[in-house]
Amino acid sequence: MEALLASAIGLLAAVGIYLTLRLRTFPVILGLTFLSYAVNLFLFTAGRLAVNAAPIVGTTDAPADPLPQALVLTAIVISFGMTAVIMIMAIGGHLQAGHDRIDLDEDKA
Amino acid sequence: MSLALIAALPFLGALLPGLMIRAGRNACAAATGAVTLLALILLALQAPAVLRGEIVQTRIEWLPALGLNANFFLDGLGLMFAGLILGIGLLIILYARFYLAKSDPMGQFFTYLLLFQGAMVGIVLSDNILLLLVFWELTSLSSFLLIGYWKHLPEGRQGARMALAVTGGGGLAMIAGMLILGNIAGSYDLTVILQNKEAIQASPHYLPALILILLGAFTKSAQFPFHFWLPHAMAAPTPVSAYLHSATMVKAGIFLMARMWPVLSGTFEWFVIVASAGLITMVMAAKIALFKDDLKALLAFSTVSHLGLITMLLGFGTPEAATVAIFHILNHAAFKAALFMTAGIVDHEAHTRDLKRLGGLRRLMPVTFAIAAIASLSMAGIPPLNGFLSKEMMLEEAAHVAWPNAWLVGVLATIGALFSVAYSFRFLAHGFLGPVRDDYPHKPHDPGFGLWAAPALLAVLVVLVGLMPNTMIGWLLNPAASATTGRGIFTNIYHWHGLQAAALWMSVAAIGGGLVLLGAYPRLRSLWDATPRPEAKRIFDGLIEPLADAARQVTDSLHNGRFSRSMVVAVVGIGVLATLAFLTATPHAPGTRPILPVDPLVLCLWLVLVVAAFAVPFLHRNRLVALLLTGVVGLLIAPMFAMFSAPDLALTQLSVEVVTLLLMLLALNFLPKETPVESRLPRRLRDAAVAGMAGLGIGGLAYAMMTRQPAFDRISAFHWAQSKPGAGGTNAVNTIIVDFRGYDTYGEIIVLGIAALVIYALSEALLRNPAVTARLASLPKEREAGDRHPMMLVVATRLLLPMAMMVGVYIYLRGHNMPGGGFVSGLVFAIAYLMQYMASGYDWSHARQRYDHHALIGWGVLVASLSGVGAWAFGLPFLTSGFEYVHLWPLEEFELATAAIFDLGVFLCVLGAILLALASLSRLALRTGEGPNTTAHDLEETR
Repeated sequence: MEALLASAIGLLAAVGIYLTLRLRTFPVILGLTFLSYAVNLFLFTAGRLAVNAAPIVGTTDAPADPLPQALVLTAIVISFGMTAVIMIMAIGGHLQAGHDRIDLDEDKA
Repeated sequence: MSLALIAALPFLGALLPGLMIRAGRNACAAATGAVTLLALILLALQAPAVLRGEIVQTRIEWLPALGLNANFFLDGLGLMFAGLILGIGLLIILYARFYLAKSDPMGQFFTYLLLFQGAMVGIVLSDNILLLLVFWELTSLSSFLLIGYWKHLPEGRQGARMALAVTGGGGLAMIAGMLILGNIAGSYDLTVILQNKEAIQASPHYLPALILILLGAFTKSAQFPFHFWLPHAMAAPTPVSAYLHSATMVKAGIFLMARMWPVLSGTFEWFVIVASAGLITMVMAAKIALFKDDLKALLAFSTVSHLGLITMLLGFGTPEAATVAIFHILNHAAFKAALFMTAGIVDHEAHTRDLKRLGGLRRLMPVTFAIAAIASLSMAGIPPLNGFLSKEMMLEEAAHVAWPNAWLVGVLATIGALFSVAYSFRFLAHGFLGPVRDDYPHKPHDPGFGLWAAPALLAVLVVLVGLMPNTMIGWLLNPAASATTGRGIFTNIYHWHGLQAAALWMSVAAIGGGLVLLGAYPRLRSLWDATPRPEAKRIFDGLIEPLADAARQVTDSLHNGRFSRSMVVAVVGIGVLATLAFLTATPHAPGTRPILPVDPLVLCLWLVLVVAAFAVPFLHRNRLVALLLTGVVGLLIAPMFAMFSAPDLALTQLSVEVVTLLLMLLALNFLPKETPVESRLPRRLRDAAVAGMAGLGIGGLAYAMMTRQPAFDRISAFHWAQSKPGAGGTNAVNTIIVDFRGYDTYGEIIVLGIAALVIYALSEALLRNPAVTARLASLPKEREAGDRHPMMLVVATRLLLPMAMMVGVYIYLRGHNMPGGGFVSGLVFAIAYLMQYMASGYDWSHARQRYDHHALIGWGVLVASLSGVGAWAFGLPFLTSGFEYVHLWPLEEFELATAAIFDLGVFLCVLGAILLALASLSRLALRTGEGPNTTAHDLEETR
């Protein structure tokens, strides 16, 4: 099971990096979303995997690590805020410049 | 507490000038003066105890683990310096009020001045050397702002930069030196360090620590070979020069040497470095000062020379010499500040500071002349003024240095004094004496009382101290000298030391020689102009420019302003470093943590996730498809969380994913729907290779981590054990969020609120831009659905609204004990509202909304803050939670926790932030040409 999750994290990160290397704003934002999926999962797995061990007192004696979960929970919400901010920046850039390239000058390398 | 308050007052007060400037320049200056006066009064209240020989201390724990504490102490030396900083500060504020022109932003000036003042007071009151270093760097920064105050002058900007580079660099060296010193002494507290002379001087690290600390002191106090920045800092407004460059900042290095004198002085190294640097500085700068035509440049080099004199006295290492040094610090501050202020007055009135264009001012500006005469005669060391007293004592000490070749020290000191006499007289003779000219740039006359009051007061002090030194200054000098040397000093200052005193004849030689030099000035001047000299600024620029060029080249090669370039550099850079770390680490053993068996459900989720994620890079040019695939991936992560025992995360991920998708769909309205092909295949392959390698690395790291036991015990064992008894909830994730780590959450909801406000502000700015609204109106129309507000959708969402809210309330209430809580509940509410926006349109929904999104965010932060502040009422730290079990018939026993109030704040903030973010986007959509539809739905047309 660890291998499944690790490969998923690696794939999400790779897709995220590939998309952030694109030259238009929308794919870059999608790339950042993928990267936050990968990072959130990675942080979550820092607590190690456990099944049927939700950290709720009284339901289990060997709980999953609640601390990474708490950190990731707020990280998920914050990454929404970040996505929203760069999205409005992308829209503003598009509406003001007339194109949605991430670089100001032509970059077709 | 009160010592910390004295140091904090100027910082707190720095807020005032910026506000008070709205009430006028007088109010602004008065507020600044009041803050300084208050600090001075607080200091005076401590003075009686200090003068009795006690040491006043204030200790506040800050970061005890690092040895960094806000410890302050006040002894004689600190009292003298703090008094000097605040007292002269008060005079400078008065002077600056009348000196600054109407066009100068006075609020800024006084704010900078107070910041500087606070930093200086902090230095002299600090007990902890780490704290002292913080204040030390603050003086460098605030003096940068002050020197560069006239931003429009290139000299001002360059002078400020040079001062910052030199003093900041010295400060860095001093940090290292102080750390070594603290390490030797075993404490960062000065009071402890000062007791450990033997251990420190015996340590093999004594010399490096000494050199590093002296680097800091010498750069700050403009000692050779770091003296060159001070004359360039003269581009500052004159009040700054008078304050920083005569009385305070340049004395910080002197202060430090005096402070450290008991532990560092008395060794061969100390004598050689400090006394020689001081001696060289004194003679060299005095000589240069004689040939400067700019009044302020003359005074600047004279200041450097006098600082050298004081440094030399401290370098001698005897208590007597140190006492003279302390005495001269006081005297120099008085006459030099007065001289700077008169130079400023001359500049202000005659519109020039060039000695070649001045002369004859005695008749035109009698008051200014009187002040200048007293102060410059004191600088020359003419009896009976205060400068004479300390100079006589200095010459006496120089003549009796316990050292082979002591005669050389005496001779050089006399030569320094001789030049000092010459330039002091030149200041007076070429500036004020001689015939009245008729070619001044501006016809000068005495300024108003406000401008000459401060230097006049200093001149009076110069005379009084000169006439009655023991009465006027003995009370302060003795405790200060005792604190510096660490032994009881009771000095008696005489005007007449008898005919056999060496100092008398050295003094006579200096005054006579000085007059001769002045007489021969025209010939000396032509000789001086003919000899080539190294220009410090050119050397400095020659050193700095290649450095700046190299830095620019490195930056440009890594980052050319293109996002994809810096991204590739960052990913590859991290990858290379990580690979190196992996290869050089100790042999890697396979993981020992037992592996979980594969669950078929997880396998199915994984399969779909992999296929969806893998398809995105290939299909991403169709943005809608890419967005939907992203949504699929995000939604699949939620059950993954659920499978691996994180129900809270599953709920959050699910609801955030829905909101994110809605946001992106809305945003796609304003963006092109297709991404054109812009990069060629090799570039895409390169990107894929970079991304693939990074993905492999991250995945491998994740696998390695998951298959190994943690290196340390879990921190969360505490949270788990305390979740019920300490925080009163059984859901450990929720208790961590709202209780154990409540402060983090508090910060996070504020960040989220700010993000939403940023979005609102940006969309507002866009809407105000006519070019943007024109482009919005002309966006290509998409093929529209047949019905703008499909009736089934409208009915379903309206029916769902109360149910969704009930679910939200349920999730909120159970959060403390079961999966749920404020975050998820806020998200569920937000989705319920967003459905109305989607189904019935922005206008329809907005018209029915009775509250403001901004207010929701504000209330959220306020409620969370109040629940935190509430703890103070019980004498507990911010955000300490409490809970109580309540039995209310006919309900079962239930729990009331203050954490629930905090969670309510989280809920409100999350709800407000999400709605505000999406509503801001919707407002943009209104300008795309769709007409408003306040009676959104067909059903309501009859209304």
